[in-house]
Amino acid sequence: MNPELEELYQEVILDHSRRPRNFGELADAAVRVHGDNPSCGDEIDLGVKFGVDGSVDEIKFSGHGCAISQASASMMTMKLKGKSRAIAQEMLDAFHGLVTGEGDDTSPLLGDLHLLRGVRKFPQRVKCAMLAWRALEEALRQNVGEATVSTESDFIGPAHD
Amino acid sequence: MHKISRGSLDWNAVRKDFPILGEGVHGQPLIYFDNAATTQKPRAVLDALQHYYEHDNANVHRGLHELSSRATEAYESARQRVARYLNAASADEIVFTRGTTESINLVAQAWGGKFIRTDDVILLTEMEHHSNLVPWQLLAERTGARLRFVPVREDGTLALDQLPQLLTSEVKLFAFTHISNSLGTINPVTALCRQAHAVGALTLIDAAQSAGHLPLDVQELGCDFLAFSGHKMCGPTGSGALYGRAAVLETLPPWHGGGEMIVSVALEKSTFKRAPHRFEAGTPNIAGAIGLAAAIDYLDGIGRPAIFAHDSALAAYAAERLAELPGMRVLGPKDERGALVGFVMKDVHPHDLTTFADQQGLALRGGHHCNQPLMRKFGLAGTTRASFYFYNTTAEIDRMMEILRAAVRFFS
Repeated sequence: MNPELEELYQEVILDHSRRPRNFGELADAAVRVHGDNPSCGDEIDLGVKFGVDGSVDEIKFSGHGCAISQASASMMTMKLKGKSRAIAQEMLDAFHGLVTGEGDDTSPLLGDLHLLRGVRKFPQRVKCAMLAWRALEEALRQNVGEATVSTESDFIGPAHD
Repeated sequence: MHKISRGSLDWNAVRKDFPILGEGVHGQPLIYFDNAATTQKPRAVLDALQHYYEHDNANVHRGLHELSSRATEAYESARQRVARYLNAASADEIVFTRGTTESINLVAQAWGGKFIRTDDVILLTEMEHHSNLVPWQLLAERTGARLRFVPVREDGTLALDQLPQLLTSEVKLFAFTHISNSLGTINPVTALCRQAHAVGALTLIDAAQSAGHLPLDVQELGCDFLAFSGHKMCGPTGSGALYGRAAVLETLPPWHGGGEMIVSVALEKSTFKRAPHRFEAGTPNIAGAIGLAAAIDYLDGIGRPAIFAHDSALAAYAAERLAELPGMRVLGPKDERGALVGFVMKDVHPHDLTTFADQQGLALRGGHHCNQPLMRKFGLAGTTRASFYFYNTTAEIDRMMEILRAAVRFFS
């Protein structure tokens, strides 16, 4: 096994892809976003419930995709619970910088998500890693109701992928 | 050039004609199994391009100087070469294009724009590449025409038993692929052309996956149009052609306006050349056409029957070996298939698999293969595809199997 593959598919990442956390439908979600990556057919449904202070109270996802997109979604939901909107947005920007190599990737907010740093050596896999995060971005913007988002649409953020 | 001894080819010698096959990828020898996307180029084609730019480069059909004469001669000879390759009745039936996609768009815009009316029907199949689907959708939106589809059965073949209900007198054109780029199905194109003509419909064959693999005789096939790409048959990217039967091609109006395609131009109105030049506005891809002719010479030097026998045997061997893996679903027909195998593995996603394989030097394709409706029908997000050409070997397929087994161990 070569080092790039070892770095891309670390054991924690494979574990999340095989047994994704917070997987399923969130019955009382305030906002539901359907995200898809038309270049490979991967899909995600993200449900978010906000607390009275506007922070992320509950978050779940379902769908299908490659190991990178599943692990990214699983790890994202674990990290987001209890976070304020501002922090969630900051994490989104930091994560995008991390996987594209185009920004400051030292944010302490990301924690375990730093394990996805290997994606930057595989530019064609950035969309896989970003699928759940694009859905999150749309959820934060919409706040309530239902929305759809695609990895082919423009990324509203500090950089592009 | 490859060596032929005692009537059989030395396929390993053929490999030496392709400089890129000696390339290393991620420190491993390259195994190139993405030939349905584009094939590699032999030295003979690279040399023809180099020779043209070093010795003959000029614009065609206009200069009165020596180089322009040479370039024009080489470009028009290439047209003759393509005509012979397809056994067209005349070189005037060959329009140079950027490839299959542009060829089909030409027909959809020029022929469709003139002859298609509201409620006319374009008959397609469910296995068409987006390039033989989207141009017809655009035409239908513009004209109010309707699209109709021959279904694909679970085994990857067309449901031809339904053809009598679908191929009615409202059908003005039946456009179908010769070989499916994701399933490998070889369609009975001669019979389809005959049935279409029986109801007065014209026919278009998408030969993108067959032109470099099978002998094609447009007169025997009986098609009205046939589209193919040079880059999928050892030629340069951006080269390709549309064959149009003379009686039909002559009825088409221009589709792109500009230089090259006119007879005389006044400020308010122009008159146009006959086919094929009417459809080649602007400076054409001269080097591309010359490279394509060199590719055709190269392929005919080997012989398409030998190429097809080799390629389809590789695909059959790959399909058989793949089926050995647990949780494996091999798509497409069991018995006869073109030079490719699409498959899905239970525990390994196509994108993870192609990334994993690439790191071992193996180039596979993962995704929807420009066949989104077909993938949806089969309930698949995407597949992995291994597609072969005559320079591939069974030893490479054996190596692919080792890599796939390693991927299963790694991901599951």
